[in-house]
Amino acid sequence: MRDFFPAFIVIIPMTISLLAPLVGRISKVFLRLLTMFGFFLSVIFSAIVLRETLTVGNVYYNFGNWEAPYGIEYVIDPLGATIAVMVSFIALLIVIYSREFFKDEGWLKNAAYYSLFGLMVTGLLGMTVSGDAFNLYVFLEISSLSTYALIALGGPRGTVAAFKYLLIGTVGASLYLFSVAYLYGITGTLNFADMSERILPLMDSPAMILIVILLFLGLGIKMALFPLHMWLPDAHSYAPYPLSAFMSGVLIKVPAYVMIRYYFFIFDVNHAVLQNVLQIAGILAAIGIVYGSVMAIAQTEFKRMLAYSSVAGIGYVVMGMSMGNAYGMIGAVFHIFNHAFMKVALFFIAGGIKQKFDHIKIDEFKGLLKKMPVSMYSFLILAFSMIGLPPTAGFFSKWYLVNGALQEGLWFFIVVIVVSSVLNAVYFFRIIEFAFLNKEEKERKCKIQSRFELPLSMLMPIVVMTLLVLALGIFNADFVSAILTSVVPEVIK
Amino acid sequence: MDVTVSILPYLFVLPPLIAAILIMITGNRNPDVREFWTILAGIINFGLVFYVYRRILDGQILESVHFTIVPNVSFFLKIDTTGMIFAGVASLLWIVTSFYSIGYMRAANKINQTGYFASFAMCIFAALGISFAGNLFTLFIFYEVLTIATYPLVIHNREQEHIEAGRKYLAYTLITGQIFLVGIIWLYHLTGTTDFVAGGFIQNVDNPTPFIMIFLLMVIGASAKAGLIPLHGWLPAAMVAPTPVSALLHAVAVVKAGAFVLVRIIGYVFGFDLLASLGVIDYLAWAAAFTIIIASVIAMRQDNLKRRLAFSTIGQLSYIILGLALINEQAFMGALFHIVAHAFMKITLFFCAGAIFINTGYKYISQIHGIGKQMPITMAMFGIASLGISGMPFTVGFISKWNLALGAIAGGNYLYIFVLIASAMLSASYLVTVFVLAFYNKNEEFTEFREVRKDILIPILITGAMSIILGIFPDAGPHFYELAIRSAEIVANGTGG
Repeated sequence: MRDFFPAFIVIIPMTISLLAPLVGRISKVFLRLLTMFGFFLSVIFSAIVLRETLTVGNVYYNFGNWEAPYGIEYVIDPLGATIAVMVSFIALLIVIYSREFFKDEGWLKNAAYYSLFGLMVTGLLGMTVSGDAFNLYVFLEISSLSTYALIALGGPRGTVAAFKYLLIGTVGASLYLFSVAYLYGITGTLNFADMSERILPLMDSPAMILIVILLFLGLGIKMALFPLHMWLPDAHSYAPYPLSAFMSGVLIKVPAYVMIRYYFFIFDVNHAVLQNVLQIAGILAAIGIVYGSVMAIAQTEFKRMLAYSSVAGIGYVVMGMSMGNAYGMIGAVFHIFNHAFMKVALFFIAGGIKQKFDHIKIDEFKGLLKKMPVSMYSFLILAFSMIGLPPTAGFFSKWYLVNGALQEGLWFFIVVIVVSSVLNAVYFFRIIEFAFLNKEEKERKCKIQSRFELPLSMLMPIVVMTLLVLALGIFNADFVSAILTSVVPEVIK
Repeated sequence: MDVTVSILPYLFVLPPLIAAILIMITGNRNPDVREFWTILAGIINFGLVFYVYRRILDGQILESVHFTIVPNVSFFLKIDTTGMIFAGVASLLWIVTSFYSIGYMRAANKINQTGYFASFAMCIFAALGISFAGNLFTLFIFYEVLTIATYPLVIHNREQEHIEAGRKYLAYTLITGQIFLVGIIWLYHLTGTTDFVAGGFIQNVDNPTPFIMIFLLMVIGASAKAGLIPLHGWLPAAMVAPTPVSALLHAVAVVKAGAFVLVRIIGYVFGFDLLASLGVIDYLAWAAAFTIIIASVIAMRQDNLKRRLAFSTIGQLSYIILGLALINEQAFMGALFHIVAHAFMKITLFFCAGAIFINTGYKYISQIHGIGKQMPITMAMFGIASLGISGMPFTVGFISKWNLALGAIAGGNYLYIFVLIASAMLSASYLVTVFVLAFYNKNEEFTEFREVRKDILIPILITGAMSIILGIFPDAGPHFYELAIRSAEIVANGTGG
């Protein structure tokens, strides 16, 4: 039974999302419970697998008992398992959080939402556990296609944003597919482990240049790396709130993880081709960090501001990756988790404010502290983490990244990190000033009645996420030494 | 030096933090309970100062357990002689200021008192953490906590003017904080440690350039809080805060935290010998000397009493910086003791300014000529503290300045002695005149004796009296003078952990 656990991580959410339309026809409550139960099981199974990877070593699973490299293989290392835990845990919270947003909609929309959401999560979980290049492409498309449809649920403007993302995202997926095709062409295999052995003598071949660049562009679009981020601001701002949270926190992180796997675990990262691409990636990431932060300052809508700040967030991940040393790598991966928790919680808060008072603009937040104290204090902690003040998790991302940059003597990056902290302070303290210092200008109309400031289904995820950000900061030494250092590839240690 | 693992460092730091949390919880329901927490925590810390200082003087170092926060770097606190000085001052003055604050805030009927007292306690928590931080990493955490905790106090009145002052404060402190952090990480990267060692922990300097850069980055980080020109801009602006805030934070906790970080950097990170060989320390000394003179000149032109005091603070803080930058034992000792001396004197001056404001509503010096008739006790204390600031014998200011001057002579830097004397005369002219005019001018307005309410007056008397007592018996109370001598000795000889 234990041998099947890696497969369960993916299969359970998939089964449930396929059942969702049928169940949804019968009862909305049952639908929600079922989806929650599915993700809960995913969390459990990925946690068990994580434990196994930490104690025993990498976990393998062959589909249909077809031995790799002929069959499809799942390979889970500690990092992959941790990301799987994170993806399914955040998905679980988002299902809990979604209640208020869809409870007044008809069964069809409910069923569509939960079913598509489940498929999207299935795709992302598949991407983290799959050990097969083409299989990974299939999961990438599963998650992308369901994302396009989900964004379109956000109303007329969402439809336009979805169409835009569809066009750009399809290009990205195709570029990824091309690179897989070339890889198959020169190595004759799709299995990662096999590929990593066969590719070493081929690193000098001209095709490698194309492969690395295609991968970079394809995954770069998916993770919204500057300047391939054009789809992101609209998609994030017009999608339904729970979905924006998931997109910003998780959807753009998993491709980053895939990129790390290709560049550092499959290819020879010390080869000139990869070094050059990583260097370009680093420069783009640095520009993206500054660009995202400056654009965030220019926004008047809270959600759009967070969207641009996500462009900066992914920049940190890529920047850490491009340093190509252990510290940079730890910083990059740590920031994947850290940024996921921060951004999801911030979007949750944005959604809470929207549901309760219908506010979307930042200057409507005046005096909000009195009305929503828990959310606002959570916001304060999250904002500190975004700025990078100790002892929140954001500070430690910065610690690892600056350490990594110093090791390589990359002063440019250090300047960018410092500037970005200051820019973050500018746009977060603006909101803090509005919410904490200014007085309420007019009486607010409250859209939902509840015992606490928000219904518990919304408040609980906010608080949980905020506490996680704090915990990730304070206990980061354990986290880093237990999980992250074990996955820093040997070549860069 | 024997290092003892002890729980005392945490016991010392935690009461203000717990008080801050309790204040936030109980705050709006019952003001008396709220103030009780402040006073209780203040008394605990006050008692701890007297309980701990003996053991420190006997040569013990109390170290807390280490808590690994990032791989290879731990979070830990350590009570040593130097830390004891700053923590002692902060704790003793916290309790005095708390009584003063309660009187002041109730008299002025201020809003948001809960947030005020909670932030206040948080600031003390951060200041104690800074004094006991065992390495640069721990120190930086508390340094940033202090930055954030002070912000609500600066913007306390929530009007546009205050919000702008708050922005300015954050801009200065957050940006320089980031620069400080880069310095810390760079140093960690080169040396593999950040733990303080008396006399400096940097060894094997093959290439001095990075260390010069690190020193400059760290000095920028620390001196923004210490108000070194040109990084002083936030301090006068922040004077819009309520007076007790200015008193404790802008004369004790925040600015002294900046100076104290410099103490750690110069005495415990780099050490005298290395700094002398790097040659970069002279720039700091010049900047400090320049600040001393310029700040005094600017102070003379201020009519707003609190602003005048603010510029006086900037100048006096640079005495400490100058003393540290002279890198010899005598001057280091003088600088450490000036942390104590200036705290008692400046807090008295601010208390008096607050008392005048509560009693009359006046903020400008031109409005309070002749006020000696109405508030003779307050103004007498103001006079004592002013004379102390200008280094009058039998006040605490004399002792620190005497040692600073001896240090300057020992270093052969006669220019700095000239700076010290010039500044003493300047401060006599801008502070003592306020006191003289208060008694010698006649004013129709102030004719009868009407002192400020007692809960404000008594703290003024205490700090004023302390300024004299410490001037005659510098070892009164928790032996600050001896602690300073001991610290300077350890740092100069590089002995002990």
